[in-house]
Amino acid sequence: MLSAVLAWVFGVLALVSGALVFRLDSMARVTFALLASFLFVAGEVLLLGLGYLGAVIILMMVMEMVIMAVFMIMYMMNPAGLMPMAMFHNTRGAAGIAGGVFVASALGILLVDWPRRAGRPPADPTRALGEALMGGQMLTMMTLGLALFATIVATVVLATHRGRYDRFGDDLRADRPADPVPGGVDG
Amino acid sequence: MSLELFLVLGAGLFSIGLFGALTQQSVVMLMMGLELMINGIVVAAAAFWYHVAPSAADGQVLVVVVIAAMAVEMAVGFAVVTAIFRARDVDMTDMAADLRG
Repeated sequence: MLSAVLAWVFGVLALVSGALVFRLDSMARVTFALLASFLFVAGEVLLLGLGYLGAVIILMMVMEMVIMAVFMIMYMMNPAGLMPMAMFHNTRGAAGIAGGVFVASALGILLVDWPRRAGRPPADPTRALGEALMGGQMLTMMTLGLALFATIVATVVLATHRGRYDRFGDDLRADRPADPVPGGVDG
Repeated sequence: MSLELFLVLGAGLFSIGLFGALTQQSVVMLMMGLELMINGIVVAAAAFWYHVAPSAADGQVLVVVVIAAMAVEMAVGFAVVTAIFRARDVDMTDMAADLRG
Protein backbone atom coordinates (compact mmCIF):
# COMPACT_ATOMS: atom_id res chain seq x y z
CA MET A 1 0.00 0.00 0.00
CA LEU A 2 2.71 2.42 1.02
CA SER A 3 4.81 1.47 -1.98
CA ALA A 4 1.84 2.05 -4.31
CA VAL A 5 1.31 5.54 -2.87
CA LEU A 6 5.04 6.26 -3.11
CA ALA A 7 5.12 5.05 -6.71
CA TRP A 8 2.33 7.48 -7.62
CA VAL A 9 3.95 10.36 -5.75
CA PHE A 10 7.37 9.70 -7.32
CA GLY A 11 5.83 9.37 -10.78
CA VAL A 12 3.91 12.64 -10.58
CA LEU A 13 6.90 14.46 -9.09
CA ALA A 14 9.20 13.07 -11.80
CA LEU A 15 6.86 14.45 -14.47
CA VAL A 16 6.47 17.82 -12.71
CA SER A 17 10.20 18.33 -12.19
CA GLY A 18 10.82 17.18 -15.77
CA ALA A 19 8.41 19.83 -17.03
CA LEU A 20 10.05 22.44 -14.78
CA VAL A 21 13.34 21.87 -16.65
CA PHE A 22 11.94 23.89 -19.53
CA ARG A 23 9.98 26.39 -17.43
CA LEU A 24 12.47 27.72 -14.87
CA ASP A 25 14.50 30.85 -15.46
CA SER A 26 17.92 29.98 -14.10
CA MET A 27 20.35 27.44 -15.48
CA ALA A 28 21.32 26.25 -12.02
CA ARG A 29 17.67 25.70 -11.05
CA VAL A 30 17.04 23.95 -14.36
CA THR A 31 19.89 21.54 -13.69
CA PHE A 32 18.59 20.71 -10.24
CA ALA A 33 15.05 20.25 -11.58
CA LEU A 34 16.48 17.66 -13.98
CA LEU A 35 18.35 16.06 -11.08
CA ALA A 36 15.09 15.88 -9.11
CA SER A 37 13.41 14.15 -12.05
CA PHE A 38 16.24 11.58 -12.16
CA LEU A 39 16.04 11.02 -8.41
CA PHE A 40 12.28 10.38 -8.52
CA VAL A 41 12.81 7.91 -11.37
CA ALA A 42 15.53 6.26 -9.27
CA GLY A 43 12.94 6.06 -6.48
CA GLU A 44 10.61 4.19 -8.85
CA VAL A 45 13.44 1.82 -9.77
CA LEU A 46 14.10 1.21 -6.06
CA LEU A 47 10.40 0.54 -5.47
CA LEU A 48 10.51 -2.05 -8.28
CA GLY A 49 13.06 -3.97 -6.22
CA LEU A 50 16.18 -3.02 -8.14
CA GLY A 51 18.25 -1.74 -5.23
CA TYR A 52 21.59 -1.73 -7.00
CA LEU A 53 20.42 0.00 -10.18
CA GLY A 54 18.46 2.58 -8.19
CA ALA A 55 21.53 3.42 -6.09
CA VAL A 56 23.68 3.60 -9.24
CA ILE A 57 21.22 6.02 -10.85
CA ILE A 58 21.14 8.23 -7.73
CA LEU A 59 24.94 8.38 -7.33
CA MET A 60 25.62 8.80 -11.04
CA MET A 61 23.00 11.47 -11.62
CA VAL A 62 24.06 13.56 -8.63
CA MET A 63 27.59 13.69 -10.01
CA GLU A 64 26.46 14.12 -13.61
CA MET A 65 24.13 17.01 -12.82
CA VAL A 66 26.75 18.80 -10.71
CA ILE A 67 29.16 18.58 -13.66
CA MET A 68 26.33 19.68 -15.93
CA ALA A 69 25.70 22.72 -13.71
CA VAL A 70 29.32 23.77 -14.18
CA PHE A 71 28.98 23.47 -17.97
CA MET A 72 25.66 25.28 -17.88
CA ILE A 73 27.13 28.25 -16.09
CA MET A 74 30.13 28.16 -18.44
CA TYR A 75 28.12 28.28 -21.65
CA MET A 76 24.86 29.92 -20.75
CA MET A 77 23.77 33.41 -20.13
CA ASN A 78 21.75 34.20 -17.05
CA PRO A 79 23.12 31.51 -14.72
CA ALA A 80 21.65 33.22 -11.68
CA GLY A 81 18.14 33.60 -13.02
CA LEU A 82 17.92 37.33 -12.47
CA MET A 83 16.05 37.84 -15.73
CA PRO A 84 13.36 35.81 -17.45
CA MET A 85 14.86 33.31 -19.84
CA ALA A 86 13.01 32.36 -23.00
CA MET A 87 15.11 30.62 -25.61
CA PHE A 88 12.60 28.66 -27.60
CA HIS A 89 12.12 28.14 -31.27
CA ASN A 90 9.23 26.51 -33.07
CA THR A 91 7.35 25.98 -29.83
CA ARG A 92 4.03 25.22 -31.48
CA GLY A 93 5.40 22.63 -33.90
CA ALA A 94 7.42 20.96 -31.15
CA ALA A 95 4.40 20.87 -28.83
CA GLY A 96 2.41 19.22 -31.61
CA ILE A 97 5.09 16.62 -32.25
CA ALA A 98 5.68 15.88 -28.55
CA GLY A 99 1.93 15.72 -27.85
CA GLY A 100 1.42 13.45 -30.84
CA VAL A 101 4.21 11.14 -29.69
CA PHE A 102 2.69 10.98 -26.19
CA VAL A 103 -0.83 10.28 -27.44
CA ALA A 104 0.40 7.63 -29.89
CA SER A 105 2.57 5.86 -27.32
CA ALA A 106 -0.11 6.09 -24.61
CA LEU A 107 -2.65 4.59 -27.02
CA GLY A 108 -0.20 1.83 -27.83
CA ILE A 109 0.47 1.18 -24.15
CA LEU A 110 -3.21 0.97 -23.28
CA LEU A 111 -4.31 -1.02 -26.33
CA VAL A 112 -1.55 -3.62 -26.53
CA ASP A 113 -2.26 -6.92 -24.84
CA TRP A 114 0.89 -7.18 -22.71
CA PRO A 115 2.30 -10.63 -21.94
CA ARG A 116 1.54 -12.14 -18.57
CA ARG A 117 4.21 -12.03 -15.93
CA ALA A 118 6.60 -14.96 -16.36
CA GLY A 119 8.42 -16.13 -13.25
CA ARG A 120 9.17 -14.30 -10.03
CA PRO A 121 11.94 -11.85 -9.19
CA PRO A 122 15.07 -13.60 -7.91
CA ALA A 123 15.84 -13.30 -4.22
CA ASP A 124 18.84 -11.13 -5.05
CA PRO A 125 18.35 -9.24 -8.35
CA THR A 126 21.79 -7.65 -8.06
CA ARG A 127 23.43 -11.07 -8.02
CA ALA A 128 21.35 -12.12 -11.02
CA LEU A 129 22.44 -8.98 -12.87
CA GLY A 130 26.10 -9.58 -12.05
CA GLU A 131 25.93 -13.18 -13.17
CA ALA A 132 24.19 -12.16 -16.40
CA LEU A 133 26.78 -9.47 -17.15
CA MET A 134 29.66 -11.81 -16.45
CA GLY A 135 28.00 -14.75 -18.20
CA GLY A 136 25.33 -14.74 -20.86
CA GLN A 137 25.44 -10.97 -21.40
CA MET A 138 29.23 -10.77 -21.54
CA LEU A 139 29.12 -9.51 -25.13
CA THR A 140 26.88 -6.61 -24.03
CA MET A 141 29.33 -5.78 -21.26
CA MET A 142 32.31 -5.90 -23.63
CA THR A 143 30.53 -3.70 -26.17
CA LEU A 144 29.72 -1.22 -23.41
CA GLY A 145 33.35 -1.19 -22.29
CA LEU A 146 34.55 -0.57 -25.83
CA ALA A 147 31.97 2.19 -26.35
CA LEU A 148 32.99 3.88 -23.10
CA PHE A 149 36.66 3.69 -24.06
CA ALA A 150 35.93 5.14 -27.51
CA THR A 151 34.01 7.92 -25.74
CA ILE A 152 37.02 8.76 -23.57
CA VAL A 153 39.27 9.03 -26.64
CA ALA A 154 36.73 10.94 -28.74
CA THR A 155 35.89 13.47 -26.02
CA VAL A 156 39.55 14.20 -25.32
CA VAL A 157 40.26 14.65 -29.04
CA LEU A 158 37.23 16.93 -29.47
CA ALA A 159 37.90 19.03 -26.41
CA THR A 160 41.64 19.47 -26.95
CA HIS A 161 42.40 23.05 -27.89
CA ARG A 162 45.48 22.35 -30.00
CA GLY A 163 46.62 18.80 -30.54
CA ARG A 164 49.80 17.46 -32.13
CA TYR A 165 48.29 17.64 -35.61
CA ASP A 166 47.80 21.38 -35.16
CA ARG A 167 51.38 21.75 -34.00
CA PHE A 168 53.30 19.39 -36.31
CA GLY A 169 51.13 19.29 -39.45
CA ASP A 170 48.85 16.58 -40.81
CA ASP A 171 51.73 14.11 -41.32
CA LEU A 172 53.43 15.08 -38.04
CA ARG A 173 56.64 15.85 -39.96
CA ALA A 174 57.17 19.54 -39.24
CA ASP A 175 60.61 20.27 -37.83
CA ARG A 176 59.33 22.88 -35.45
CA PRO A 177 55.91 22.99 -33.82
CA ALA A 178 53.73 25.82 -35.11
CA ASP A 179 52.99 27.38 -31.74
CA PRO A 180 51.69 30.93 -31.31
CA VAL A 181 54.25 31.38 -28.57
CA PRO A 182 57.50 29.47 -29.20
CA GLY A 183 59.12 27.57 -26.41
CA GLY A 184 57.52 24.16 -26.48
CA VAL A 185 54.53 25.10 -24.38
CA ASP A 186 51.37 24.09 -26.17
CA GLY A 187 49.70 27.47 -26.42
CA MET B 1 1.30 0.72 -10.05
CA SER B 2 0.53 -1.45 -13.03
CA LEU B 3 2.79 -1.92 -16.05
CA GLU B 4 0.63 0.40 -18.12
CA LEU B 5 0.95 3.26 -15.62
CA PHE B 6 4.72 2.91 -15.50
CA LEU B 7 4.89 2.90 -19.29
CA VAL B 8 2.66 5.99 -19.47
CA LEU B 9 5.01 7.68 -17.00
CA GLY B 10 7.93 6.74 -19.26
CA ALA B 11 6.07 8.04 -22.32
CA GLY B 12 5.31 11.30 -20.48
CA LEU B 13 8.97 11.85 -19.55
CA PHE B 14 10.00 10.95 -23.10
CA SER B 15 7.53 13.43 -24.62
CA ILE B 16 8.56 16.27 -22.27
CA GLY B 17 12.19 15.60 -23.19
CA LEU B 18 11.30 15.50 -26.88
CA PHE B 19 9.55 18.86 -26.56
CA GLY B 20 12.64 20.32 -24.89
CA ALA B 21 15.05 18.83 -27.41
CA LEU B 22 13.00 20.29 -30.27
CA THR B 23 12.38 23.75 -28.80
CA GLN B 24 15.55 24.75 -26.97
CA GLN B 25 17.97 27.04 -28.77
CA SER B 26 20.86 26.38 -26.44
CA VAL B 27 22.81 23.21 -27.22
CA VAL B 28 23.22 22.46 -23.52
CA MET B 29 19.47 22.74 -22.89
CA LEU B 30 18.88 20.49 -25.91
CA MET B 31 21.04 17.87 -24.20
CA MET B 32 18.88 18.18 -21.07
CA GLY B 33 15.91 17.25 -23.24
CA LEU B 34 17.77 14.19 -24.53
CA GLU B 35 18.62 13.16 -20.95
CA LEU B 36 14.96 13.46 -19.98
CA MET B 37 13.99 11.21 -22.90
CA ILE B 38 16.48 8.57 -21.73
CA ASN B 39 15.10 8.98 -18.20
CA GLY B 40 11.72 7.84 -19.48
CA ILE B 41 13.32 4.78 -21.05
CA VAL B 42 14.96 3.86 -17.72
CA VAL B 43 11.65 3.76 -15.86
CA ALA B 44 9.95 1.88 -18.70
CA ALA B 45 12.73 -0.75 -18.85
CA ALA B 46 12.71 -1.26 -15.07
CA ALA B 47 8.91 -1.63 -15.03
CA PHE B 48 9.09 -4.05 -17.95
CA TRP B 49 11.59 -6.20 -16.07
CA TYR B 50 9.39 -6.28 -12.97
CA HIS B 51 6.03 -6.80 -14.62
CA VAL B 52 6.85 -9.02 -17.61
CA ALA B 53 10.01 -11.10 -17.12
CA PRO B 54 11.44 -10.72 -13.61
CA SER B 55 13.08 -14.13 -13.58
CA ALA B 56 15.43 -13.20 -16.46
CA ALA B 57 18.07 -10.53 -15.92
CA ASP B 58 17.76 -9.10 -19.44
CA GLY B 59 15.58 -6.18 -18.32
CA GLN B 60 18.19 -5.17 -15.75
CA VAL B 61 20.91 -5.40 -18.42
CA LEU B 62 18.81 -3.07 -20.59
CA VAL B 63 18.74 -0.52 -17.75
CA VAL B 64 22.54 -0.79 -17.46
CA VAL B 65 22.94 -0.20 -21.20
CA VAL B 66 20.60 2.80 -21.11
CA ILE B 67 22.46 4.37 -18.16
CA ALA B 68 25.76 3.90 -20.01
CA ALA B 69 24.23 5.49 -23.12
CA MET B 70 23.18 8.43 -20.97
CA ALA B 71 26.74 8.95 -19.70
CA VAL B 72 28.19 8.65 -23.22
CA GLU B 73 25.64 11.09 -24.64
CA MET B 74 26.45 13.64 -21.98
CA ALA B 75 30.25 13.33 -22.35
CA VAL B 76 30.26 13.47 -26.15
CA GLY B 77 27.67 16.26 -26.15
CA PHE B 78 29.79 18.47 -23.94
CA ALA B 79 32.92 17.68 -25.97
CA VAL B 80 31.12 18.70 -29.18
CA VAL B 81 29.81 21.88 -27.52
CA THR B 82 33.34 22.71 -26.36
CA ALA B 83 34.80 22.06 -29.82
CA ILE B 84 32.24 24.15 -31.70
CA PHE B 85 32.40 26.91 -29.10
CA ARG B 86 36.19 27.06 -29.45
CA ALA B 87 36.10 26.98 -33.24
CA ARG B 88 33.25 29.41 -33.93
CA ASP B 89 31.96 30.87 -30.67
CA VAL B 90 28.68 29.04 -31.21
CA ASP B 91 26.45 27.90 -28.36
CA MET B 92 23.06 28.03 -30.08
CA THR B 93 21.54 25.43 -32.38
CA ASP B 94 20.41 28.07 -34.90
CA MET B 95 24.01 29.18 -35.38
CA ALA B 96 25.16 25.65 -36.17
CA ALA B 97 22.84 24.93 -39.09
CA ASP B 98 25.60 24.07 -41.59
CA LEU B 99 24.04 20.74 -42.48
CA ARG B 100 20.63 22.18 -43.32
CA GLY B 101 19.85 20.67 -46.70
